[in-house]
Amino acid sequence: MLHIINKSPYERPALDSALKTGEGAILLIEDGVYAAVKGGAAEAKIKAAQGKFKVYALQADLEARGMIDRVTEGVTVVDYGGFVDLVAEYKTNQSWL
Amino acid sequence: MAIEVNGKTYETDEEGYLINLSDWNEEVANYLAQQEGITMTEQHWEVINFLRDYYNEFQIAPAVRVLTKAIGKKLGPEKGNSQYLYELFPYGPAKQACKIAGLPKPTGCV
Amino acid sequence: MSVKKFMFVNRKAPYGTIYAWEALEVVLIAAAFEQDVSLCFLDDGVFQLKKGHNTKAIETKAFEKTWGALEDYDITKLYVDAESLAERGLTADDLAVPVEVLSRAEIGKLMEEQDVLLSF
Repeated sequence: MLHIINKSPYERPALDSALKTGEGAILLIEDGVYAAVKGGAAEAKIKAAQGKFKVYALQADLEARGMIDRVTEGVTVVDYGGFVDLVAEYKTNQSWL
Repeated sequence: MAIEVNGKTYETDEEGYLINLSDWNEEVANYLAQQEGITMTEQHWEVINFLRDYYNEFQIAPAVRVLTKAIGKKLGPEKGNSQYLYELFPYGPAKQACKIAGLPKPTGCV
Repeated sequence: MSVKKFMFVNRKAPYGTIYAWEALEVVLIAAAFEQDVSLCFLDDGVFQLKKGHNTKAIETKAFEKTWGALEDYDITKLYVDAESLAERGLTADDLAVPVEVLSRAEIGKLMEEQDVLLSF
């Protein structure tokens, strides 16, 4: 399952909820990309999840927020084409509201 | 709404401001000025170009008080006062000049 | 017109929602009416000030450029919550404009001094 998260981890618990579902992949988009930024409180959550989840973050949203050069290790940055590939790759996907 | 200049159609909002900033050119500016009853002179262009530069730099159209001050800084106090600007653009320098410059209505202009 | 002390409290990240941009517009309107305006950035609001925004791919206006106009509007009081910065891995050096970094308690005191507080 691919979980698509577009809310900041500092404002909403969507990421935490998604991580509790077990395993799969997380794609961070829009304000969700703040979870992929190193140095913040979210870094530990992402690192802890890496055994069970592959974590991706959308390049355009990282660039817009001035965060493209401080992505947590182990997070894969994808462009819009990569976004489409991920959606196609996983049998199910869920956009967390 | 829309205007037609030299056979080309340009979209405007209900107050006559251009919808697409990139539609702007000098012919459109002259047309919009004419609609406002203004004949463009070198002094008018100076303000229009100033506004376009300001917008490019800060991405907002300045309110009249800010415009006056900023023009004073750049073009000198004899131009940075409301009397001079209202003579050029009688119905409000920010409002009218922004329209001719193809910018949105100034922020802080209600 | 009597001058009131307005504080705008910014708590949302930029771009994901329209709040941050709308707040900036209201700030400029208040300042155009020559009110005593200050801005305070808390929680995800501190992300608005991060430098190096490149919004080309998401086709949205970047915030960074407009902070430069605040001075023309005589807006010089920008307060940022230290705790919010630290929690997000940011320091004052990461911000696009000069600000005053304060503790949450100091910000609380400033809030007490205002006539009007508007939260976005």
